[in-house]
Amino acid sequence: MTRVFISRDSTALSLGAEQVAKAVEQQANSKGLSAEIVRNGSRGLFWLEPLIEVETSQGRVAYGPVQVEDVASLLDAGMLDGKQHPLFLGNIEEIAYFKNQNRLTFARVGLTDPVNIDDYLAHDGYRGLKNALALQQTEIVKQVTDSGLRGRGGAAFPTGIKWNTVLNAPADQKYIVCNADEGDSGTFSDRMIMEGDPFVLIEGMTIAGLAVGATQGYIYLRVEYPHAKIALNQAIEAAYKNGYLGENIQNSGKTFHLEVRSGAGAYICGEETSLLESLEGKRGLVRFKPPLPAIVGLFGKPTIVNNVISLASIPVILDKGGEYYKNYGMGRSRGTLPLQLAGNIKHPGLFEVAFGMTLRELLYDYGGGSASGRPIRAVQVGGPLGAYLHEGQFDTPLDYEAFAAISAVLGHGGIVVHDDTVNMADMARYAMEFCVEESCGKCTPCRIGSTRGVEVIDRIVEGVQKDKNTVLLRDLCDTMTYGSLCAMGGMTPFPVLSALNHFPEDFGLQSAKA
Amino acid sequence: MQDYQTQKPTVLEILNTHQAMPGNLLPILHGIQDTLGYIPPAAVVDIAKALNLSQAEVHGVISFYHYFRETPPGEHTIRICRAESCQAMNGKVLETHAKQQLGIDFHETTADGIFSLEPVYCLGNCACSPSITIDDEVMGRVTTEKFDRLLATYKGAK
Repeated sequence: MTRVFISRDSTALSLGAEQVAKAVEQQANSKGLSAEIVRNGSRGLFWLEPLIEVETSQGRVAYGPVQVEDVASLLDAGMLDGKQHPLFLGNIEEIAYFKNQNRLTFARVGLTDPVNIDDYLAHDGYRGLKNALALQQTEIVKQVTDSGLRGRGGAAFPTGIKWNTVLNAPADQKYIVCNADEGDSGTFSDRMIMEGDPFVLIEGMTIAGLAVGATQGYIYLRVEYPHAKIALNQAIEAAYKNGYLGENIQNSGKTFHLEVRSGAGAYICGEETSLLESLEGKRGLVRFKPPLPAIVGLFGKPTIVNNVISLASIPVILDKGGEYYKNYGMGRSRGTLPLQLAGNIKHPGLFEVAFGMTLRELLYDYGGGSASGRPIRAVQVGGPLGAYLHEGQFDTPLDYEAFAAISAVLGHGGIVVHDDTVNMADMARYAMEFCVEESCGKCTPCRIGSTRGVEVIDRIVEGVQKDKNTVLLRDLCDTMTYGSLCAMGGMTPFPVLSALNHFPEDFGLQSAKA
Repeated sequence: MQDYQTQKPTVLEILNTHQAMPGNLLPILHGIQDTLGYIPPAAVVDIAKALNLSQAEVHGVISFYHYFRETPPGEHTIRICRAESCQAMNGKVLETHAKQQLGIDFHETTADGIFSLEPVYCLGNCACSPSITIDDEVMGRVTTEKFDRLLATYKGAK
């Protein structure tokens, strides 16, 4: 029976993949053709979704983007034998956009059946866990430290150091918490992993549990990701059934339990201490630090809180070794970063690559420029708290330190492209408005500063005492940056000030270089 | 609005099944909203009692999270993404259009009770902006024309 892959990824579904899958099944049946439809993750080349891949004797052959009305002609043309058709793409892995990536964390996404544990095992799954089970706890942590992995949620804190702190914190109970509250606009890598290869996250969390002696894990998943929840729960169930979760994992005597918990639409719950409050059943108010969650975390116990991509990168590190992972990247940014190209871009998608590529290469060589065909004017990197970059900054390499040097952040790797129709004063105002909407309300600079920020920007744009209000806006941003409890209020000035500094004309200002 | 007495057994059962779960308030609230479509204000008393919390604490949690609602939603809930990526692809035009077509603002329900409209900040569908969801279905590259087609489909399916 010919295997046909059609994605179950949310974005593919949002373009009609479900209807395409049904049409292929029905029409193949009625034509007497034998096809087994596998619902895989997405390869991440979203301008080609809904994508169909067919397993033929010459390897996998892709067709896309496919709409329901194309299915009949595809089947008639001999799609199931990999024959030619106007939508024929050949081997997707030979397309430059895919070929030039370094898929370490995303190695299986789009390739396998995400919830089939045998498929996972057949594609190097659980090799990291197998190695980890043979190692001492300190040796597992050492591999992670050696890899140079830094938190992929945005803060880029060295993962090994965090793990070591939890390992050395004595307690009767410790927890592994996965931050899957991926709320940044322009990001979807966590979602793609959870929908496209949930076992890799489960394996990473299990290894984390072994490393620090935690027996319970929670995945705090944003409620906006219903498809990820389904995939995770299917995979968790399969892992329990096959002895990869629960008591006595693979007869090692080790225990690790895992559960998915849903968020409820609060962006702030992506901040780790707010997330812990939420998991405990409270309002997501940010906690004071110290104590660090690694010492006093969930229910007061030592807790690793890591982002999805950080945890999903653990299996390859334990499989191939910290050194292997470290050999990718530049400077102090080691390994790969799954970048997400979004907004007004011709070829949006997931691009996992070693640190060091420039933004320009990504935007033009792979992204193909704007979707509208107009010039790219501004690019926001790192979510709603990330800076807006202008054309003159596009040669910056994608590296944590290089971005910090231009007062920008890589964050979670989301890149949102705007063409020249964008009004940057509007975007600055929106950044403040978003902070009003999502501030937890605990600290004054964030709670009140954001509201005042909206008002001050409105006054500048209306031309009311422009110079005075511009000074006031900068002063307000300064207070928010240095006076806020967490990154929500502390980083909202990034998009605001970068818009003001690089695009003063949109505020009706002549020159406002800081 | 439904009489709470008819909803109460459902609430009590959800409270019962989550009794032993650590940090159970959000799962309980999700359970109630998933089943009843919203969290009846009267349920706060029962939730508080079962969890040994004050009613203010329970209400505080419900009101903190954008997703939880205390009024019944329309038959279908439309969520429109307002975040940057969707803005870069004419999301604001879509937002204005949707409000006009439905004749309601955010957090409101149409007079015929078919549609509720809510804002959302990112659906993780940023590669195909602008995005909306109708109930649990995500839709990408939603033009105003596509929005009207979807509206007609959902109205027709009623």
